Amino acid sequence: MKSLTNRSKVVSNKKMTFWERIYFPAILNGMGITFGHLFRRKTTVQYPEVKREFSDIYRGRHVLKRDDEGRERCTSCGLCAVACPAEAITMVSAERKPGEEHLYREEKYSAVYEIDMLRCIFCGDCEEACPKEAIFLTTELVKADYQRENFIYGKDVLVEPADPAKRIDVSKRQTPEVIEFKKDKRYKHNR
Amino acid sequence: MVTQIIYKTLLASFILVLSLVVAMYSTLIERKVAGWFQDRHGPNRAGPWGLLQPLADGIKLFFKEEFMPASADKFLYILGPSLTMFVALLTSAAIPWGPDLVINGVAYPLQVADVNIGILYVFAILSIGVYGIMIGGWASNNKYALLGAVRASSQMISYELAMSLSIITIVMMTGSLSLREIVAQQQGFNWNIIYQPLGFLIFLICAFAETNRSPFDLPECETELVGGYHTEYSSMKLGFYLFAEYINMFISGAVMATLFLGGYHFPGLDKLGLSPNVFAFVSFMVLFTKITFFGFIYMWIRWTLPRFRYDQLMKLGWKSLIPLAILNVVITGVVILLNQ
Amino acid sequence: MFTHYIFHFLSILALFSAIMMLASKKPIHSVLFLTLTFFAIAGHYVLLNAQFLAVVHVIVYAGAIMVLFLFTVMLLNLNKDERSPKPMWVKIIAFIAGGMLMLTLIGIFRGYDIQSAQDPMTTQIGLVKNLGKILYHDYLIPFELSSVLFLTAMVGAVLLGKKEQI
Repeated sequence: MKSLTNRSKVVSNKKMTFWERIYFPAILNGMGITFGHLFRRKTTVQYPEVKREFSDIYRGRHVLKRDDEGRERCTSCGLCAVACPAEAITMVSAERKPGEEHLYREEKYSAVYEIDMLRCIFCGDCEEACPKEAIFLTTELVKADYQRENFIYGKDVLVEPADPAKRIDVSKRQTPEVIEFKKDKRYKHNR
Repeated sequence: MVTQIIYKTLLASFILVLSLVVAMYSTLIERKVAGWFQDRHGPNRAGPWGLLQPLADGIKLFFKEEFMPASADKFLYILGPSLTMFVALLTSAAIPWGPDLVINGVAYPLQVADVNIGILYVFAILSIGVYGIMIGGWASNNKYALLGAVRASSQMISYELAMSLSIITIVMMTGSLSLREIVAQQQGFNWNIIYQPLGFLIFLICAFAETNRSPFDLPECETELVGGYHTEYSSMKLGFYLFAEYINMFISGAVMATLFLGGYHFPGLDKLGLSPNVFAFVSFMVLFTKITFFGFIYMWIRWTLPRFRYDQLMKLGWKSLIPLAILNVVITGVVILLNQ
Repeated sequence: MFTHYIFHFLSILALFSAIMMLASKKPIHSVLFLTLTFFAIAGHYVLLNAQFLAVVHVIVYAGAIMVLFLFTVMLLNLNKDERSPKPMWVKIIAFIAGGMLMLTLIGIFRGYDIQSAQDPMTTQIGLVKNLGKILYHDYLIPFELSSVLFLTAMVGAVLLGKKEQI
């Protein structure tokens, strides 16, 4: 069988020579190795003071984006819920009333939008399925809690603040290539 | 006479406090060293560089629930850790910690009890050290604890033999059983390790086994015996067992430094012309440095070598170390005879 | 004298633990009380200015032999009192035998003049150097013979312990 790495060694039960049987060379060798580690750079991240840098496309908790005028982008099409392999997303749709144009971009919006963070596997399929560029995963983590109910995130948590200064930047994952890819109708989930 | 008694009491309490503080901080250093060996920092949250960590650990142990198995032998269950702690602290009395202090023209030796059989005294204390573990392990009424206790006893008996045989060569060379005399004869660079490298090696290995340190920590081997002899112990009783191990490390380091590394002597130190008390202090620091060195070796080995299997341990003790030690005794005897 | 009190304390301790060793129900307690007796006797040796003997006593008896005893008792786990009650005649014979031993001992010590014994502090016979000289000069043959005896016992034990037939 071809090995995946070339680091595997063939085990042999050959009789040890006297030099090997007194163990001291091997022990001293091992002690040398451990001693070398004393002066290595420590890999610890001093957590509360220093935070480990996330990748730009780390898949953390979700955000529901607004457009440039501060209107919710989500049109409650339900594609994210369909795409979700863990069935973590539920929503209740509602029709936009006249006078609410500054709140919702499309004629239909989701009155309730909930993601169960205990079910979510952070795969990012919802993000990929969304035709309105409304849902994105962020680099933020889901906070720990004591109650299961508190892990069901509603719109109050998910929708980003309307204040332009507090918007959540997703430009790192919404690159031109991604937008271009989403327009490609050859793929089933873009249709 | 009265000043002597007061002085001895002061010295004894100083050494007692010293061994306790050293043991306390050994726990921190152990964790620090373990961290460094594994590319980590070790505890660094309690106080600057984690210096208050032992205190925090102590407070934690004191506040833990005191649990006693219902079917345990109550008296022996408490006696076990107390005895271990007591015996661990006894040995320090016979160790010469430095040359004499001179106050008002009277010499005060830095040794609590200059018994003329000091080395045997140390050995006797060592041999009864296993009682605490055995009693505690048996009294827990737990099969893992019992196995740990049984392992401890057989391991200690086996390694005591090789250990005493390696000490005999020192006694043969020195012609005295007094630790003070043994140290005095190693003045300058006349350290016993130069004449007895094999004896030192055997003693070192046996010291690891006697203090139940890795790679010979089979009595508390957590992969097989849960926690070994202290499986059923909690709170400060467990703390006593763990603490006694560090005191034993400290004391065995002191014994090894005394027997093999010239005790408080350092080449050229006596030629500096220091005043007696400064000299005594510097000599004490020399001894302390040597003990620290041994402490580091203990930790270094622990974080390098995997644990021995039980049959390997017995084989090493009975089939390698004891014959080697006997050979060493014979060679030393022949050399001494030829030199006469 | 101060040593006087220590002597009485050690004697009481030795006798008490010896009796308790016989009276305890659990074998482990018996072993531990026997160890305590050995320590008390070691204390007596120190009072007699025989520190070497005291320490060797502790090393050999308390440190090695009793640990082995404890080891064996633990390994066999003789927790329950499984010893069958002895028949009456065994008890009577044991009583007679023990009583005769005591009578003999009393007889010996009655004829022994305590005053003639030398002060232990002046003889220093228990110190290492003197003891070594006496052992290796005056009592060389008995000493060596006893070591041969031990060797024989060890060889015998190994022979018995071996499983396969020789």
